[in-house]
Amino acid sequence: MIHQYQLNGYNIVLDVNSGSVHCVDDLAYDIIALYQTTEKQQIINKMLVKYAAVPEINKAEIIEVLDDLAGLKKTEKLFTPDIYQSKAFDFKNRSTMIKALCLHVAHTCNLNCQYCFASQGKYHGERACMSFEVGKQALDFLVANSGEMTNLEVDFFGGEPLMNWNVVKQIVGYGRKIQKEHQKNFRFTLTTNGMLIDDEVIEFANNEMHNVVLSLDGRKKVHDHFRKTFDGSGSYDLVVPKFQKFVKMRGDKNYYVRGTFTHNNTDFTNDILHMADLGFNELSMEPVVCAPDDPYALQEEDLPQLYGQYELLAQEMIKRNKSGKGFTFYHYMIDLEAGPCIYKRISGCGSGTEYLAVTPWGELYPCHQFVGDPKYSMGDVWQGVTNTELQTQFKLCNAYARADCQGCWARLYCSGGCAANAFHATGSIKGTYEYGCKLFLKRIECAIMVKVAEATLDSTATE
Amino acid sequence: MKRIQTIATRNLKQSAQTGGCGECQTSCQSACKTSCGVANQQCEKYIGQNK
Repeated sequence: MIHQYQLNGYNIVLDVNSGSVHCVDDLAYDIIALYQTTEKQQIINKMLVKYAAVPEINKAEIIEVLDDLAGLKKTEKLFTPDIYQSKAFDFKNRSTMIKALCLHVAHTCNLNCQYCFASQGKYHGERACMSFEVGKQALDFLVANSGEMTNLEVDFFGGEPLMNWNVVKQIVGYGRKIQKEHQKNFRFTLTTNGMLIDDEVIEFANNEMHNVVLSLDGRKKVHDHFRKTFDGSGSYDLVVPKFQKFVKMRGDKNYYVRGTFTHNNTDFTNDILHMADLGFNELSMEPVVCAPDDPYALQEEDLPQLYGQYELLAQEMIKRNKSGKGFTFYHYMIDLEAGPCIYKRISGCGSGTEYLAVTPWGELYPCHQFVGDPKYSMGDVWQGVTNTELQTQFKLCNAYARADCQGCWARLYCSGGCAANAFHATGSIKGTYEYGCKLFLKRIECAIMVKVAEATLDSTATE
Repeated sequence: MKRIQTIATRNLKQSAQTGGCGECQTSCQSACKTSCGVANQQCEKYIGQNK
């Protein structure tokens, strides 16, 4: 399977099953579109007609392109067959290791954001904070179930994890204590709204956290519309200076400034550029997750503008990168040479299998987006995964498990997408969240275009 | 190939022989938490491995 598209002046051809990316001229682009379905002589005739006004395109030129394509096909860089389907089910079904936990250390929050999928941090339940004993047991559970895996990931999530900061520090301390004896390497991450950031938090996090995710929606008006304190005032002025200090002190360690866009700011590129102008250069902006009838839910009619925004963002990033003021956007961070292997690409996101969420009470869920739904309770950190039937369902949820993905060129980029989004949109973890797919396809096209632009060093395409 | 430029990429078929260690970052432990894919994860063992 191939996917070919034109964007920002580039003709791009993706060979889905080999992962190859080709940048071609108009003649090659047209021939590739016909190559698998049309006889060679017919292709030649069609091209001679189409390019009759272009003197340098003659029969010999067309044959040369056809020969090049035959060579690419022979070396499995074009029209490569799919040989991975059986591996998708075998690989994931064999895996029983757990390597990542999302620790819900605080089911409470000091902001009252209307769009919060976690219902202001409570996940539709009671307010609660995780005790150190539960966190300690969660790390023990992780180590005991991680097999030979070395790198273990623990995200401090909420609600707002800084509302239970002392326990976070205790859990980190415990992790550092046990990691040597078990030959593990804990990678801790922290997702925070910033309200409680102070010098002590900055110092500890910059020493111990592999990554920090800082929530900011962009422009002050946009951010303050949803991200309000309980007295109704916006939080932008409170958190931005803290984030700037945090990032400045962080040096070269990883962070993301992460926002959410909604129907209210379908011009979200302006919010990303605002973040960049504030001095942040590792950025992420996510489409809101909410019920379709929420007033701020993204609508079908928003799609053309959203597509345009993703294209505009890609073009702006190329420009800024050239001028030395570049920034990264999470969804455009594709490393074509050092990206994931085929097993990662076919085995799905890992929810319910290698990745679990832990509630303040120690209950296990497939991921943070299932927390609070009793049907998806999987066990607890003391007894481990007891709902093995549910675990099996998630094990068999991969890029090949969804009927809608069979003909999709992007399945090895998304691996079937988010199980929680699929469940919320269709009632099944093997469904597909079509709206999310549409945005994902556009993001991947843009991400690869940025890489092609970098690789070809074409200075004219974005002018 | 004067009309086709092939960008350097990892060969996915070859990665079936060398990949699968599982040490790379879990998709949702990164920035998104709501709309993840896998393509933007980096391979932990890339150095010294076949592309």
